[in-house]
Amino acid sequence: MTTLTDQEFLRYSRHLLIPEVGLAGQEKLKASSALIIGTGGLGSPIALYLAAAGIGRIGLVDYDMVEDSNLQRQIIHDTNTLDKLKVESARARMLGLNPYIQVDSYNEPFTAENAMRIATGYDIIIDGSDNFPTRYLSNDVAVFLGIPNIYGSIYQFDGQASVFYAKEGPCYRCLFPTPPPPHLVPSCADGGVLGVLPGTIGSIQATEAIKVLLGIGSSLVGRLMLYNALEMSFDYVKLKKNPKCPVCSENPTITELIDYEEFCGVPGHHIDEMPNEWDISALDLATEMKSSSPLLLDVREPHEQKISNLPEAKNIPFGELASRLSELNTAQEIVVFCRTGNRSLYAIEILLGAGFRKLKNLEGGINEWAEDVDTSLSIY
Amino acid sequence: MPIIKIPTPLRAYTEGEKDISVEGKTVNAALDSLLSIYPDLKKSIYNEYGQLRAFVNLFLGEEHIRDLEGLDTPLTEKDLLLIIPSIAGGRG
Ligand SMILES: [Zn+2]
Repeated sequence: MTTLTDQEFLRYSRHLLIPEVGLAGQEKLKASSALIIGTGGLGSPIALYLAAAGIGRIGLVDYDMVEDSNLQRQIIHDTNTLDKLKVESARARMLGLNPYIQVDSYNEPFTAENAMRIATGYDIIIDGSDNFPTRYLSNDVAVFLGIPNIYGSIYQFDGQASVFYAKEGPCYRCLFPTPPPPHLVPSCADGGVLGVLPGTIGSIQATEAIKVLLGIGSSLVGRLMLYNALEMSFDYVKLKKNPKCPVCSENPTITELIDYEEFCGVPGHHIDEMPNEWDISALDLATEMKSSSPLLLDVREPHEQKISNLPEAKNIPFGELASRLSELNTAQEIVVFCRTGNRSLYAIEILLGAGFRKLKNLEGGINEWAEDVDTSLSIY
Repeated sequence: MPIIKIPTPLRAYTEGEKDISVEGKTVNAALDSLLSIYPDLKKSIYNEYGQLRAFVNLFLGEEHIRDLEGLDTPLTEKDLLLIIPSIAGGRG
């Protein structure tokens, strides 16, 4: 039996005072372990609150470095930890908050190859990832290991949370059997997010994690919570096990982990590492524009153009592209761009489907143009 | 008239509208009515075989239509139909 030291009695006294937690509960938390996938927007509050609550062993999986644009919402990191590994930045902060816990960091992407090795031995998984491949891995690993997967996801002002636990209720695939195709779902980085939103949803995930570890209250098993920050609305829908679920039904079709391709694109991860036949660098485009005049197609939103703009570009926001193809000419060379070169790639997919062939994608988007060609433009 | 609530990621296809009043006495008819107003939504809701996409979930009130009568689930004038898509953001 894990016991508390005198220092821990003082530290956790506000927990010890609640009958639902008490000494037995606090000792239970100290003996528990939780694996947090991602130390970003959701992972920040999750890791901080679980550390403060005295979860005995916390695992962190991430492979990024802390960047300026993270700090609008990733409050576990700090101006002083810019350019440091996120798992190390987070670990130091957690141990600063609570030296009586163990934090194990995994500085690697979560993949089909390493997921079981990393997750085995943890009592719960908390999904704070930002992309579909990792979400499906978190779910499937939790199903295979028979442990709960505390789910949270955000988009602009919307959030979702649930507890997927196949032993007691549905899993993520019961609701979403397979990931969506790329062009139908914008990624978090392209779609933007209100900085405090992951704080709200991550705090709910931390709450559910602690409840599940203690075995108290009514968890979100079998319920999906839907939050909208603009309306300040919390709605719930009921989720049942899907008898045809590909992974947790009686006759599963998925029996091992799958690495889905990074089709739903998170800029700076995989897409950028894979050059494609359409890509043109900002410098090459600048050279090309001295002798020819391709149509520059800006698929960003109007509010983004107020931040940085190429005056000669035509603007059709990505969401309107499919219905405004008649404004474009298949005979003209078109260079598509967005903020970082991600949305524009999906725009190219739509244009290809509509018979356009003379296409180029501005690699790195207008941000790369701002960095390499016109430094008077802002990078955002 | 029943109302269909459009989630944020799909509002690009409904001119930003979130609550759409539709005609129809079943879920299927309501979706037809919605797509007649906003045809660009179609590819987000149905796949190339005309089936509901796997990542689009429809809820009548709190209940998944799969647990009711699917697309044949009857609707009343006051019903609210929710479209719940998968969203992936969080770490970034
Ligand atoms: Zn399932």
